[in-house]
Amino acid sequence: MYDFEFEKPSSISDAITLLSSEEAMPLSGGQTLIPALKQRLNAPSKLVSLAGIPELRGVSVNEGGMLEIKGATTHAVIAKQASSHYPALSALASHIGDPAVRNRGTIGGSLANNDPAACYPAAVLASNGKIISNKREINSEDFFQGMFTTALDEGELITAVQFEIPTVANYQKFLQPASRFALTGVFVAKFDSGVRVAITGASENGVFRWSEAEALLSDNFSPSSLDVLTFSTDGLISDLHGTPAYRASLIKTLTKRAVIAAK
Amino acid sequence: MPKDFGIGVSQKRREDVRFLKGAGNYTDDINVVGQAFVHFLRSEVAHATINSIDTSAASNMPGVVRIFTGADFEGVGGLPCGWQVTDRNNEPMQEPPHPILAQGKVRHVGDPIAAVVADTYEQARDAVEAIKIDLDELPAVIDMADALTENAVKVHDELKSNLCYDWVLGETDNEKVQAAFDNAEHITTLELTNQRLVANPMEPRVAVGDYNQATEEHTLFTTSQNPHVIRLLMCAFVLGLPEHKVRVVAPDVGGGFGTKIFHYAEEAFCTFAAKACNRPVKWTSSRSESFVTDAQGRDHVTKIELALDSENNFTAIRTNTLANLGAYLSTFSSSVPTWLHGTLMAGNYKTPVIQVNVKAVFTTTVPVDAYRGAGRPEATFQLERVIDKVARELKLDPVALRRQNFITEFPYDTPVALTYDTGDYNGTMNKLEAAADFDGFAQRRSDTEANGKLRGLGVNCYIEACGIAPSNIVGMLGARAGLYDAATVRVNATGSISVMVGAHSHGQGHETVFPQVVAEMIGIDESQIEIVHGDSSKIPFGMGTYGSRSIAVCGSAMVRATEKVINKAKKIAAHLMEASDADIELKDGQFSVAGTDKSVAWGEVTLAAYVPHNFPLQDIEPGLEETAFYDPANFTFPAGAYACEVEIDPDTGQVSIERFCAADDFGNIVNPMIVDGQVHGGIGQGIGQALLESCSYDKDGQLLSGSYMDYAMPRADDVPFYAVDHSSQTPCTHNPLGVKGCGEAGAIGSPPAVVNAVIDALQSAGHDVDHIDMPVSPSRVWAAMQS
Ligand SMILES: Cc1cc2nc3c(=O)[nH]c(=O)nc-3n(C[C@H](O)[C@H](O)[C@H](O)COP(=O)(O)OP(=O)(O)OC[C@H]3O[C@@H](n4cnc5c(N)ncnc54)[C@H](O)[C@@H]3O)c2cc1C
Repeated sequence: MYDFEFEKPSSISDAITLLSSEEAMPLSGGQTLIPALKQRLNAPSKLVSLAGIPELRGVSVNEGGMLEIKGATTHAVIAKQASSHYPALSALASHIGDPAVRNRGTIGGSLANNDPAACYPAAVLASNGKIISNKREINSEDFFQGMFTTALDEGELITAVQFEIPTVANYQKFLQPASRFALTGVFVAKFDSGVRVAITGASENGVFRWSEAEALLSDNFSPSSLDVLTFSTDGLISDLHGTPAYRASLIKTLTKRAVIAAK
Repeated sequence: MPKDFGIGVSQKRREDVRFLKGAGNYTDDINVVGQAFVHFLRSEVAHATINSIDTSAASNMPGVVRIFTGADFEGVGGLPCGWQVTDRNNEPMQEPPHPILAQGKVRHVGDPIAAVVADTYEQARDAVEAIKIDLDELPAVIDMADALTENAVKVHDELKSNLCYDWVLGETDNEKVQAAFDNAEHITTLELTNQRLVANPMEPRVAVGDYNQATEEHTLFTTSQNPHVIRLLMCAFVLGLPEHKVRVVAPDVGGGFGTKIFHYAEEAFCTFAAKACNRPVKWTSSRSESFVTDAQGRDHVTKIELALDSENNFTAIRTNTLANLGAYLSTFSSSVPTWLHGTLMAGNYKTPVIQVNVKAVFTTTVPVDAYRGAGRPEATFQLERVIDKVARELKLDPVALRRQNFITEFPYDTPVALTYDTGDYNGTMNKLEAAADFDGFAQRRSDTEANGKLRGLGVNCYIEACGIAPSNIVGMLGARAGLYDAATVRVNATGSISVMVGAHSHGQGHETVFPQVVAEMIGIDESQIEIVHGDSSKIPFGMGTYGSRSIAVCGSAMVRATEKVINKAKKIAAHLMEASDADIELKDGQFSVAGTDKSVAWGEVTLAAYVPHNFPLQDIEPGLEETAFYDPANFTFPAGAYACEVEIDPDTGQVSIERFCAADDFGNIVNPMIVDGQVHGGIGQGIGQALLESCSYDKDGQLLSGSYMDYAMPRADDVPFYAVDHSSQTPCTHNPLGVKGCGEAGAIGSPPAVVNAVIDALQSAGHDVDHIDMPVSPSRVWAAMQS
């Protein structure tokens, strides 16, 4: 690691002030950032820990009926506390990494990082979610802007994430054998207004919605509705673990499985 | 009362008490007062000429003690290769220099260019970043076939080509081999890759060099499977130091799998720099560094042909293999594709004509050397895959086909230079059939199919050669080392015993197993016996632990030394009881005079040896300590039969291992629990190779799987509960314990079982697939099902 200053504020406003200095970075669970620092891939002047800020933690249902999760809430807490409100999201959180990762890693850190193989982005996009920052609300459609890229400005902090709660939903994650992130992951959420399908792990542009599948499933929420579709391989990731054709096939298979498993 | 000590008892591993409590003493736990830290500037490109290295800015950085480049090592030797292979034309292999720090050129990502010694590790890293290097990048040499073409870019300009050697074993007359194929009723050919693996011991490599100016003595603490070998190589070939002034210590070692056999640049560097800087110098590899500096394993591309007559007897085998050596010759690299691979090509079968052809190739990749099994897994995989293929083509029962061709009479001289002393392949296969419940497979398959999945059963055999020996023969074959081992049994006055052994556990449990043997021989409790290993200043000159040799070779030396101790103790007992030596019997720690009720206890005799008041001083020396060196007459030949059942999800290609049975013949067994553990671990590693692991380079020589984000290690849920049977036992005929060794068997025997099972499953669903290269990943299985 390079040298850096370390701050641990106890309020969002203090954190924002500290983050305004040049090259400062928020540190949440550190599950992504600390390994990057150890490899000297980042050189922040200052790390601002979010771990001591009570207003950044918690899971609740707000007045509008949306599930709201504060930005520095860990995966383990989400797995536990979201289970009665939104079982599919709770299940997703409970399958991230290992217990150490889940007890440290946070939803805000995951969304800010926007790893193309991360799990939450699919849930947020499929749930028509909103990212709440210290200065604005960002629709999920606008937030995810490609691999490791988001709408966040320098020094902007994710303070909460809001999810519309579907009637039924399910997340199917096919494990990349080494990292056990999603080689491809599909989140299907059925609302009264229609079905949303979000895919992670597959595209060179990060998480995206599969609109053809959404239309067919909104008409008939059955796996057989998808039989007529084939997913194009254009723009899909090719790496050691899967070709674009393989990922295209997984997208369809996992979407069907998510429809069957949705509850 | 059941036996509670000695040979055959599953004693719990005594070393685990400290390991599980976090109280082990690993090399990185060693900190010498005043130590500085070294960090290496390593090449980020696969192949380049070094124009210049500018260390001026770096030298002035805080904490920097000294910066070293290749120029500092000009008068120093390079890392030696311990085995000279002679090619098919009786020419020695091409042997390029392997400098400690790059001289003029870098040849793989990770090749060290410069080294900064500084007060702290982070300061050393800072200074490394401030070194300016000017490189002219050259084309990477990655594909072995390309590397052998006429106009290929050369990895070593001073060599004729990228070919290290072109080697042949077995029937060298091509016409005779061709005739055997011409006369065959059926020929099956298979082309396959045995992919490159990263060894990944849990403990990364560490070296701490220390120099005492007053005594002019060097100490090197290092993560090694064989401290004496390191001392010899480093002193004699690299640094030119007198051995008696150098102590090499390998304390607890957290796994090695072969990759900690070899002498590495960092060891020689820390030893050299400690004197040059007059400060202890420590290097601890990061995991990222270990991916680009630890010698890697396997990496063969092979074509194997098998000929059968009209009665399905194997009549000939011909193989052509390209073996990747990487950029330099690591310590035993040249022996792996040759004497540890070609010699195993007979397998368990009496094929009369065998020809093994191997071309070993230099590429701009990390050096390749022995990794658990070393050559034998490569031989087993191709042979057992091609047998499986022919069984399917001819619609034969794969077990019956194997049985029909088994070697049944021993000793058996193979056409590829070995003499199998003993074995019972049918007996071992019987054990497998019982354990694996072949009869129930049809039902299990239909249950699986009812769930929409495919099920396959794969079976294979393996033979391996452990405890490589004897020294005079391996010397003729090119080994530049002896392959004996040594033990000193030091009995203390009060009867407890320290046994100094040349073998060195890196996880195998020697501290538990070796005392069981001595306890058995003397008839005292194991708690009275302690193993001392891993320190060249304490142990006799032994060759260390690899090739499943420890109990077979070093254990034999220990038996011989213990016999000498017992013989002398009997003389002392005879004196004490005023009897004749010949009448003394030792049982349960008591010496008695045959046919009388006279006896003296072990402790009384040992006390007499060191307090020799009533002692035959005119006939024997006081004290009770003996050393023996043991050079085996032959290899040992463990063999086995393995069966794997897999399920495949046809939509995703995901393979899951549902059952795995291993029937092994390890000869006599000292500690059954530890043998189980060795087999479990070996199979886990074999399953890792079969399904998950792959060390891949892109065309520019960049490692694509350089971290655990992309290099898939097997985890607990990737492997099933194993059924392991080692009740088939044909004791080794030429060592005193009748033991054969069990460390590598699992890793050798399991990959073909897994792949055979996958092919069986796919063919059961009508897919026209006869091979998938490892790792048999979901995407590869899925792709195979689409065609
Ligand atoms: C072994 C392992 C397995 C994993 N498996 C999975 C998996 O299966 N699926 C998956 O989705 N993820 C997985 N992860 C990633 C894990 O979920 C991380 O926790 C997550 O990606 C980052 O969260 P963090 O809280 O640790 O963030 P940090 O590492 O602290 O920060 C990550 C980045 O986000 C920034 N940041 C952090 N919080 C905020 C905020 N509130 N506002 C703005 N920016 C912020 C930081 O500055 C940094 O740039 C795994 C990680 C590991 C180590």
